[in-house]
Amino acid sequence: MISRFLKSREALLAGAIVLLTVLIAIRFPAFVSAANLVRVFNDTSILIILALGQMMVILTRCIDLSMAANLALSGMVVAMLNAAIPGIPVPALIALAIAVGAILGAFNGIFVWKLDIPPIVVTLGTLTIFRGLVFVLSGGAWVNAHQMSDAFKAFPRAVFFGLPVLSWVAIFIVVLMTVLIGRTALGRAFYAVGGNPTAAVYTGIDVGRTRFVAFTLAGALAGLSGYLWISRYAVAYVDIAGGFELDIIAACVIGGISIAGGIGSVGGAVLGALFFGVIKNALPVVNISPFWQLAISGAAIIVAVAFNARAERRRGRIILRQSEAAS
Amino acid sequence: MRLFGKLMAAAAMSVAFTLNPAQAQDDVKIALVVKALGIGFFEAANEGAKEAAEELGGVEIIYTGPTDTTAEGQIEVINSLIAQNVDAIAVSANDRDALVPTLKKAMQRGITVISWDSGVAPEGRQMHLNPSSNALIGEMCVKMAAEHLPEGGGDVAILSASATATNQNIWIEEMKKVLPNYPGVNIVATVYGDDLADKSYREAQGLIQSYPDLKAIIAPTSVGIVAAAQAVTDAGKAGEINVTGLGLPSEMAGHVKSGASKSFAIWNPIDLGYSATMIAYNLATEKATAEPGAEIPMGRIGSVKLDDNNEGAMAEPFVYDASNIDDFKDIF
Repeated sequence: MISRFLKSREALLAGAIVLLTVLIAIRFPAFVSAANLVRVFNDTSILIILALGQMMVILTRCIDLSMAANLALSGMVVAMLNAAIPGIPVPALIALAIAVGAILGAFNGIFVWKLDIPPIVVTLGTLTIFRGLVFVLSGGAWVNAHQMSDAFKAFPRAVFFGLPVLSWVAIFIVVLMTVLIGRTALGRAFYAVGGNPTAAVYTGIDVGRTRFVAFTLAGALAGLSGYLWISRYAVAYVDIAGGFELDIIAACVIGGISIAGGIGSVGGAVLGALFFGVIKNALPVVNISPFWQLAISGAAIIVAVAFNARAERRRGRIILRQSEAAS
Repeated sequence: MRLFGKLMAAAAMSVAFTLNPAQAQDDVKIALVVKALGIGFFEAANEGAKEAAEELGGVEIIYTGPTDTTAEGQIEVINSLIAQNVDAIAVSANDRDALVPTLKKAMQRGITVISWDSGVAPEGRQMHLNPSSNALIGEMCVKMAAEHLPEGGGDVAILSASATATNQNIWIEEMKKVLPNYPGVNIVATVYGDDLADKSYREAQGLIQSYPDLKAIIAPTSVGIVAAAQAVTDAGKAGEINVTGLGLPSEMAGHVKSGASKSFAIWNPIDLGYSATMIAYNLATEKATAEPGAEIPMGRIGSVKLDDNNEGAMAEPFVYDASNIDDFKDIF
């Protein structure tokens, strides 16, 4: 059991993160202080939530490129509402953000389910549509710190037991996803649909519907992240989280979630996001030229994919055992 | 009487005919190409451009730009403007050199090309309008940081946009030039937030950790200054680390109130859009020519005098602080 864990991808990745942290600590010792590690985790929280959403979608052999745009649109909706009517309580706004995100995700899901369009095409389209809608909605104007209510900005920053609420939200989502993926029929359906869609149909799973649910749940998480992102940085504008969809997918890939579907774990996605988060937070303090920073982030992704490719390489299946023996 | 009436009508008609061609002529189409749509600063510049168009009459403003700050996006936009056969293009460039071939093509088609805010290399434009002189901006940034340093000076860091942004790099260079006049200012680092809120925030956090004695952050970029101010507030260092640089009053109002930023500066983007439009109009209608030493009128702002590189400066940057922020935060 223990030896199996040590050989697992998660252990390998956890080892890589520890090694990376040690290397950074050699150049910048304060990086491993408890306060800073909390800060790094807090900074990575949003990425963790989004990576878990993306994981569900990728498990079903789909991909969602529109998550960052979904985040921007749901975030802008609640930011503008908060600026216009400061009296609305924050929990209601969070619920609204999740609902808007879920609707946008369901929109993706419907296209994949009912019209059978490849998910990469659908979400590439909705990516631009959502971004465009943010612009139409806001007229290009920013929602600034002084326009948001204090409660709106304070929620993710409030500290409980040493961790900000933002971090607790991420931890809560991780627990929720662990249960959903590991302990429910829906979680198993995700793996079945991605692993072998044809076989999944024969076991009575509706492939399209399962994918629709995955997209909707991913959208809901993107909506939640929309609120968290905007309240954290205290600014909402058209381009927020621009290009972040690639970070989300990269975190999943680093975490060992197979783009071909059916393979991956909650732990992997969390560790993939943390790996990315450590790199992102370390680069500013280790004093590396900004051009190298991009190259380093890219190299990490390629190394991870190379590992994946090795791990996933299936041995050729022997169909005719006798003929093999004969030859 | 009827004959007289007919004559009158004929006279009126002929007057109308001689006048009409002048009015019926197509509007002068001036395209304002910005770094990216949805940035408050450029939206304000668009207001200024519209004001200039109204004042001039017979001018159509096409306000456009890519949705993210890339040179590739701008090239696409400019190509489509060439196809629409506009009369003038006034561009704030995402890259000094990448736009040159496309803009050259535009000039070959007889389109007036000027750059403003962030410049294009001289061969890619007829003239460049700097919002202010780079030297004045650089000095203003250092001066604002120096004013609020404790006795005996302190560590100051610079948070820029992308490492390739033309205007950012020139301003940083100018800041470093005036440092001997401000012995208290000790520049410890220059970092790049790529004009992304999350990256700028993270870079600012990095600065706060790396330099425990940091007393000021200069961010000559509107996204960077807001993110840095938020990072300083979240680190509980508002009042201890002063965030200054270039920002917009509407976006900075909250951070000036919280004490994270004591003062910051910006030229008036409305004036800038107005001036760029006036210049583009004057050049496109051949009321002025862009050549070294020429003075090109800019309506209510005055006129700009071009140097040997065909560059000119509009005006000095204006400082905003707690005393005047409320007057401006609703304007831009």
